[in-house]
Amino acid sequence: MSLLSVRNLRVDFETREETVRAVRGISFEIPEHSTLALVGESGSGKSVTALSILGLLPATADVRGEVFYEGRNLIKATKGELRALRGAGISMIFQEPMSSLNPVFSVGFQIGEVLREHLGLSGKASRQRVLELLGEVGLSDPEGKLGRYPFQLSGGEQQRVMIAMAIACEPKLLIADEPTSALDVTVQKQILELIAELQRRRRMSMLFITHDLSLVGAVAEQVVVMREGEIREQGSVAQVFGAPRDDYTRMLLAARPRLDAPSPARAGGKETIVLEARGLAKNFDKVKAVKGASFKLAKGRTLGLVGESGSGKTTLGLLVARLHQASGGSALLHGQDTLSVPPKTFKRAVQIVFQNPYASLNPRFSAGEILMEPMRIHGIGAREVERRSLAAGYLAKVGLPASALFKYPHEFSGGQRQRIAIARALVLKPQLLICDEAVSALDVSIQAQLLNLLRDLQDEYAMSYLFISHDLAVVKSMADEVMVMKDGEIVEIAGADELYSDPKHPYTRTLLASVPG
Amino acid sequence: MSLWLLAWRRFLRDRLGLVSLVIVIIYVALACASAAGWVARDWADEVGVSYAPPRFLGSQVEEAAAHGAATVRPQETHGIADPLAEELAEIQASLAGATGTESRATTLAFGGDKWGRDVVKKAIKGTETSLVVGLAAAALAAFLGTLFGAVAGYYGGWRDDFFNWLYSVFTSIPYLLLVLAVAAVLNQKGIVTVILILGLTGWTGIFRLIRAEYLKHRVREYVLAADAIGASDARRMFAHILPNVSHIVLVQLSLHVVLFIKSEVILSFLGFGVGVDTVSWGSMLAEAPSELILGMWWQIAAATLAMALAVTAFSLFTDSVRDALDPRLQ
Repeated sequence: MSLLSVRNLRVDFETREETVRAVRGISFEIPEHSTLALVGESGSGKSVTALSILGLLPATADVRGEVFYEGRNLIKATKGELRALRGAGISMIFQEPMSSLNPVFSVGFQIGEVLREHLGLSGKASRQRVLELLGEVGLSDPEGKLGRYPFQLSGGEQQRVMIAMAIACEPKLLIADEPTSALDVTVQKQILELIAELQRRRRMSMLFITHDLSLVGAVAEQVVVMREGEIREQGSVAQVFGAPRDDYTRMLLAARPRLDAPSPARAGGKETIVLEARGLAKNFDKVKAVKGASFKLAKGRTLGLVGESGSGKTTLGLLVARLHQASGGSALLHGQDTLSVPPKTFKRAVQIVFQNPYASLNPRFSAGEILMEPMRIHGIGAREVERRSLAAGYLAKVGLPASALFKYPHEFSGGQRQRIAIARALVLKPQLLICDEAVSALDVSIQAQLLNLLRDLQDEYAMSYLFISHDLAVVKSMADEVMVMKDGEIVEIAGADELYSDPKHPYTRTLLASVPG
Repeated sequence: MSLWLLAWRRFLRDRLGLVSLVIVIIYVALACASAAGWVARDWADEVGVSYAPPRFLGSQVEEAAAHGAATVRPQETHGIADPLAEELAEIQASLAGATGTESRATTLAFGGDKWGRDVVKKAIKGTETSLVVGLAAAALAAFLGTLFGAVAGYYGGWRDDFFNWLYSVFTSIPYLLLVLAVAAVLNQKGIVTVILILGLTGWTGIFRLIRAEYLKHRVREYVLAADAIGASDARRMFAHILPNVSHIVLVQLSLHVVLFIKSEVILSFLGFGVGVDTVSWGSMLAEAPSELILGMWWQIAAATLAMALAVTAFSLFTDSVRDALDPRLQ
């Protein structure tokens, strides 16, 4: 007996230009007391599927097919029926806890609201229930948290509050849409454990939506793999992961960098040091973002930098690129203090690729203009024609056709945009390339392609990389050496294989233990 | 396809926006034609009798006009001979010969003013003045607001403090008082003066918006990326950030055109506007109160109609531009 059954669900979005077919006839069942994982990359239609179950899609969506919940077809349900169901029978946890909680109401009030709406609880009874819920989701000091506002809580605590709201009315089905994507890996582990435990204890069913295959094993029994609105494969977790039948599933499983894969670490020897940092520090007013970082980076090598959000790794990258002024310490480029290197020379030697390819390209510039700008500034190429052909050459290097020259950033996909950003950095033929979470915003299949591209370019140009990422597996697949950062301090530096197999610092051990899969 | 082209396509789908664009274009064309002297060059000619009524109203108003004329006939002399009577008669005879008062029309297409000038031509000439003032003052205000906002928002620090202080000073004085104060300081009448008055006092709103935009954009990754390839501060401010905030400048520009057209009317109404040798909608309205008492409504009607249509069309056009430019960047 299944709790929810989706039959031939189709969702189209009508826009002025075209009809976007987001979901193209999918069917699956969620049995009682079990968890189904819906896996797919961005644009696969997994979130749209979840929203259509609760009737939360905008009016422009054309939803067809059947969604049966306890024998009722939710697609045909009235607004009132759906509202009564939401939160009580089926509830949902969203990706961004910060933007899902209302910033002007206290945590206690927001959880209490659910109880008032659906159970008619108020006053003492409501307060008592809220306290129980906060305890159940593992928040320390529930009494104290009651009057707090969302911004006074950490990301993990906020997500716990969201979960408390979701389970307040003892729903039979919990839909979790990427509940841990915005969280650090150590927090992610705690939240996943909490969700799995609640599911077991309350005997709920759960629809768990994620782009991260490695999370699926920890929470789900059944898995559905989606791509471009269609189901590619479904079955039990053991079957799909153990013996995938579909090419796409196989590709997804292979593309994901794994912690147990060997690192590409190359043997040391006589190395020329490109960059040396000596006690680099940065203070923002009273906050010490980076507290004296020292490291060396050799020519043609990759130094990985891992850490959780707020650890200061991006700030350190910006310090090295001289995009932030250091508050203390120094950085040496080929043994020369970077402050004494003329800015133009320095910028040719050190380039940076940012995390978000949607933000790092000027939307008003065409790809050609983006690539030709550094040439103009640094006097590369004598004439416009020459610069254009050079730009086309760099586009070819990163795997884009010459026709891309005249297109604008919004006409490219995320992966293509990141290729343009890499090409822009290449134009100046840097000796050091800083990759600040350069592949974190991309889907796992695109991520694998870009990591390959970066490796090829490193060999061709003998560049050194400072590779910054929160993803330990990605860093391992790239780095010769890895340093771990926590609260502005580098707590451990070691060769990649050594650090992953034999971590010395307790924090490194915690990090490694938290990695799913 | 560039974002500007996409915006233009969105705009083309907006019916109301297109209609208002056509009206705005007609107004601008009219103003240009008037400036070039193709139309309304002879607006100052006294072609009709004083307060000549509109042609479609006919004779009943003519009588009133004749009655009005009767009141200025020679008064009772009480038997005292005017010693200058002969000279006066001579002067009047020569004047009559020179200007040809006898050829004045008794009615005009949409009526005449006190001196018998055609109000339609006045309204057209007024369009030129008002549009020139509105556009030029808005351009000046947008230029100052953008420049100050860019410098304050981009650099921060003491520059930001300075411009914020300037902003506070300008906004702490009631608007009309400030305008009149600047008018009094400049102590000159004329179109250029009005443009300066409005432009120098009207930049504050644009400044505030642009400063906020620069604060937001200067830490964006594309600006950091421009820094990383060695783009200078000026290049980052004006080649990188400015195109990304220019839609805001554009919308503010056209909003301020409307605002300044209205402000010019107020200034001219209060007598601080354009000089007596120029005509604007404001100076036409300034003549209206005394006319209305006598029942001569056509001048105020002409000016109001021209202004209301222009302002409405411009406002709707601005709304459509804002909708089209709203950059929904993926």
